[in-house]
Amino acid sequence: MDFIAIFSIFILACFVGYFVVWSVTPALHTPLMSVTNAISSVIIVGALIASAAAGSASSKWLGLAAVVMASINIFGGFAVTSRMLAMYKKKGR
Amino acid sequence: MDIQAILSAATGGHGAVNPYAAIAYLVSGILFILALRGLSSPATAQNGNRFGMIGMAIAVVTTMLTHTPVGADGLLDTISLVEILVAIGIGAVIGIVMARKIAMTAMPQLVAAFHSLVGLAAVAVAAAAYLNPGAFGIADAAGQIHTVSRVEMGLGIAIGAITFSGSVIAFLKLNGNMSGSPIMLPGRHVINLGTLAAIVALTAWFTQDQSPWVFWTITGLSFLIGFLLIIPIGGADMPVVVSMLNSYSGWAAAAMGFTLGNTAMIITGALVGSSGAILSYIMCRAMNRSFISVIAGGFGADAAAGDGGSKEQRPWKPGSADDAAFLMSQAENVIIVPGYGMAVAQAQHALREMGDLLKKEGVNVKYAIHPVAGRMPGHMNVLLAEANVPYDEVFELEDINGEFAQCDVAFVIGANDVTNPSAKTDKTSPIYGMPVLDVEKAKTVLFVKRSMGGVGYAGVDNDVFYMDQTMMLLGDAKKMADDIVKALNGGGH
Repeated sequence: MDFIAIFSIFILACFVGYFVVWSVTPALHTPLMSVTNAISSVIIVGALIASAAAGSASSKWLGLAAVVMASINIFGGFAVTSRMLAMYKKKGR
Repeated sequence: MDIQAILSAATGGHGAVNPYAAIAYLVSGILFILALRGLSSPATAQNGNRFGMIGMAIAVVTTMLTHTPVGADGLLDTISLVEILVAIGIGAVIGIVMARKIAMTAMPQLVAAFHSLVGLAAVAVAAAAYLNPGAFGIADAAGQIHTVSRVEMGLGIAIGAITFSGSVIAFLKLNGNMSGSPIMLPGRHVINLGTLAAIVALTAWFTQDQSPWVFWTITGLSFLIGFLLIIPIGGADMPVVVSMLNSYSGWAAAAMGFTLGNTAMIITGALVGSSGAILSYIMCRAMNRSFISVIAGGFGADAAAGDGGSKEQRPWKPGSADDAAFLMSQAENVIIVPGYGMAVAQAQHALREMGDLLKKEGVNVKYAIHPVAGRMPGHMNVLLAEANVPYDEVFELEDINGEFAQCDVAFVIGANDVTNPSAKTDKTSPIYGMPVLDVEKAKTVLFVKRSMGGVGYAGVDNDVFYMDQTMMLLGDAKKMADDIVKALNGGGH
């Protein structure tokens, strides 16, 4: 993809982010941080490409290290978010 | 299956893009948007979180299909595939164990630790791309990295490294391994600006010369600047710092997304980047601090020392748990104002029990939360939710502030600066202009505090202590809440 196409997607996504995040209720700002943490680990895509590629051993090991780090974040981030969200209950027991 | 053919059609970089993969990445980007959208209400949040998980699974599976490891013979390289799966497995176990074990009071540290991992992963990916640019589709036939990719890579590694070292310092400060008081190096502004200028200059140089020394110097300087930027920032400003690093981790992902031409990474990066930026803004506004002054650091350095000596002795009224229990059980409306001190004392369960008993007596109980009541945005809400306080009894500052004038008892526990009326009246006060909860308007204020000596983060005295309608309940927050519960139970017979 050429740079301008990617850049357009990026700018539009910033606007989407702006409006979506302002609509998040302040009561859920901590889960917001933990879930954004989990999804920013989509960087694992780059790590998987590096660890699958042939040609450079150091590149591959860096990739595998990044896979471990990103996975900690993905699994940990989604799990802790889910644990927190399960605590939010409405009145009326 | 001819893996080589699929691979050549599916280079993730600036070369030919596999249209199915591109659509899959777009779908996972959209699912991430829906994950955040779900957080607009606690009722839809769990579903949103599931969308996020599905989005991540799609991104990971798509990448593993289009970038399956291939051996020299053109067949599947099983060993590499197993290595990757083991790496994911190790991460999964560590992540899930951490998520299960962490105490809710320690959420800020956990989030800081997670940020540091995103930062370090971004650095590792950028370094891997630098060492093997062909695999990422960012090199020309001669092995030279495209100029645009070099800029993106430079940005990615700089932001990633700053996120990492900054988050490590934030973690150490939040976790108490390092003093929360700011560490001020002489001439730090000159050092910081100089380092930043050097990073920018080297990134520009990198577009002309892709030698290793340029790349690794950028990396080293970026680690250094992340460290230098966070050490002068005091404990009180940590909610802003954690939000800011959240934002950086997003921009790091976006920069790597540009390098790889990957829409899922770019959309996510933009979402997370704006999310962190908005949270930083909300936190700054809640403390009436400008973003620049937080970054410049030094807040809370010697405020306590400056105020301690000159403080006059003013009369105040002590009270006991029995008095508090009596006053609250006779009240019609009680607003509870919890602060971080309440969480430190682990008083949230006793507090909820107290609230339940009062409700049984027919008292209308509400909780008022200041945006910086906890150590990170929304932290106090999580702590109350953990103690089974229903979320529709918990109100934000702007929604409840008008109700203090009609309430009989304001019960302040473990909070101080966020109730200080001098923020509204005293222009010389360090917290002047900060939005505060108007507890002084309540008919009676019950103020739970460890002792009369200590002051809040900002180191300022609070006029509420000395008002006629205020009763000071001195003692540990948890013990006091327990004693009130006992008194309420005793009074019922």
